[in-house]
Amino acid sequence: MATPQAVPTRVSAVQATGLQKLLGRLWLPLLQILMTLLLISFLAPTFWMISSSLKVSTEIFAHPIVWIPKDPQWSNYERVFQIQPMARFILNTLVVTFWAVLGTVISSVLVAYAFSRLRWPGRDFWFALLLATMMLPEIITLIPRFIMFKNFGWINTFLPLTVPYWFAATPLYVFLIRQFFSGIPFELEEAARIDGANRLQVLMRVLLPLSGPVLATVAIFAVLQHYNDFMNPLIFINSRDNWTLALGMTTFNDPNDPKWELAFAAGTVMVTPILILFLVAQRYFVQGIALTGFGGR
Amino acid sequence: MAIAIKPPRWQRPRAQEWREWVEGYLFASPFIIGFLVFVAYPMAYSLWLAFQRWDGIPLTPARFIGLANFQKALTNENAVLSLYNTAYYTFLAVPFQLIISFVLALALTQNMRFRDLYRAGFYMPIIVPAVASAMVWQRVFHQDFGILNEALGWFGIPAQKWLFDPSLAKPAFIFMSFWMIGRQMVIFIAGLGNIPQTLLEAASLDGANAWQKLRHVTIPMMTPLIFYNMVIAIVNSFQIFIPAKIMTDGGPQNATLFMVLNIYRQGFQSFDLGYAAALAWELFVIVIGFTIAQFYLSNRWVYYEVEK
Repeated sequence: MATPQAVPTRVSAVQATGLQKLLGRLWLPLLQILMTLLLISFLAPTFWMISSSLKVSTEIFAHPIVWIPKDPQWSNYERVFQIQPMARFILNTLVVTFWAVLGTVISSVLVAYAFSRLRWPGRDFWFALLLATMMLPEIITLIPRFIMFKNFGWINTFLPLTVPYWFAATPLYVFLIRQFFSGIPFELEEAARIDGANRLQVLMRVLLPLSGPVLATVAIFAVLQHYNDFMNPLIFINSRDNWTLALGMTTFNDPNDPKWELAFAAGTVMVTPILILFLVAQRYFVQGIALTGFGGR
Repeated sequence: MAIAIKPPRWQRPRAQEWREWVEGYLFASPFIIGFLVFVAYPMAYSLWLAFQRWDGIPLTPARFIGLANFQKALTNENAVLSLYNTAYYTFLAVPFQLIISFVLALALTQNMRFRDLYRAGFYMPIIVPAVASAMVWQRVFHQDFGILNEALGWFGIPAQKWLFDPSLAKPAFIFMSFWMIGRQMVIFIAGLGNIPQTLLEAASLDGANAWQKLRHVTIPMMTPLIFYNMVIAIVNSFQIFIPAKIMTDGGPQNATLFMVLNIYRQGFQSFDLGYAAALAWELFVIVIGFTIAQFYLSNRWVYYEVEK
């Protein structure tokens, strides 16, 4: 760590003027103040959204800006749930996210096991393909997938939003779990193999109990991915009853509608579960990104 | 990246080897099937489609029209504009994103108080669902009631129209992207923690000041991560869609008509499927081309420590 005390070490005596010494001493407090200001501005939009979701219209359009509503209007949330079937959207989102994440975790674990533990012809080829698909822009397969799902009769069902993820559709997660498996010593499995366990049993009883952290990271990233997904529901879902939150929320975003408080309330409804997840599981987020360099979106 | 698998301890009988092959394919089958069905086939289909004229109605069959879709993709006014807009956004947003996240990472590895709190706070915006953040930022940029103009007003800067001003809409998008640099910052922080202290101490002993250490030790050691963040940021920026769809719907005067939005419109609103496929391939070639070019150029500036 470049400690600030170490900074002006061997600057020649002539240069180490009073100004520089002062700077050396003030540098850290200055940085602290600067970072605090920056942090406040980073948090401002989210805070503004949450506080405005509880305002009356006159407070939203007041000058100067009202940061804390005088009389919190919890009824804004009631109205949001009345105007649109928000409860339905939430339920849909939960169903889609649950099945997609479950499929992601199960299929990614199986595939990661094949790539990290088994020797089979073509393994390197398929692994290279897996890595290559990480860079693939989603849009290129979108139109054919739409036509395909239409032929399957899957449009306006949750199937396009869930089924592909049972086939390890997000290569990053396979890669992440594979890397983790590769760090687990072989000896543990061999003992189980000698005791007569088959591959699936080895995976379930030896590797998975050790893989909590990586599975948590994968599950959290996958939850974010499917909870936030906008493009796929936009293309594959067309009746309001099947909308997810991400789609349903946009109905509050009519630029000609002056009811900003409702848009903000709907936004808050969508953000709150994710913020809670972040506060609870923060270390898995950060660990996951540090490990993989991906994450979030 | 490739981690060597230990060779088996004992010579397996032939039957066992066979068994492992079968097991390998079985365990990998979700990916193999998924790749064939949801990636390879759609890509082949998309390539075929790019040479056809088809409105997606099963009754009217697709008609082969050669390179016409690609020709249109390269000459159509909106297509060219969307490429320009996307490139403008990418090449202005990405360098600043990298600088900001790097500087933040440097600041947050200093010996300051509440470091973890700052890190969490700067990271938080990227977990806000993109739809929600677009909705909020649309209002942050509002001319009369947005918090950006309010804040600028404190410094005497007159209110701007931002998303309603064709010349400011893209800069507004770029500014918004700076809010979402948490991922890059975390990667840089992790990398800064891995720089051997001995190197920095050696530089200090040689009389290097803070700037020289940054310039000649820290930054060279960080080039692999800078490179990595740059590649990912460019790939992602080329695919910007949600803010454009929600905040401006491509406006004003198509100033935020980005490539993916244009593909979406051609494919799913005009149902000109062949043309949309050709546009998607154009984007694909650009993204892959840039990625390969960057890897090629990276030899000149990225420092890789030789593996032991």
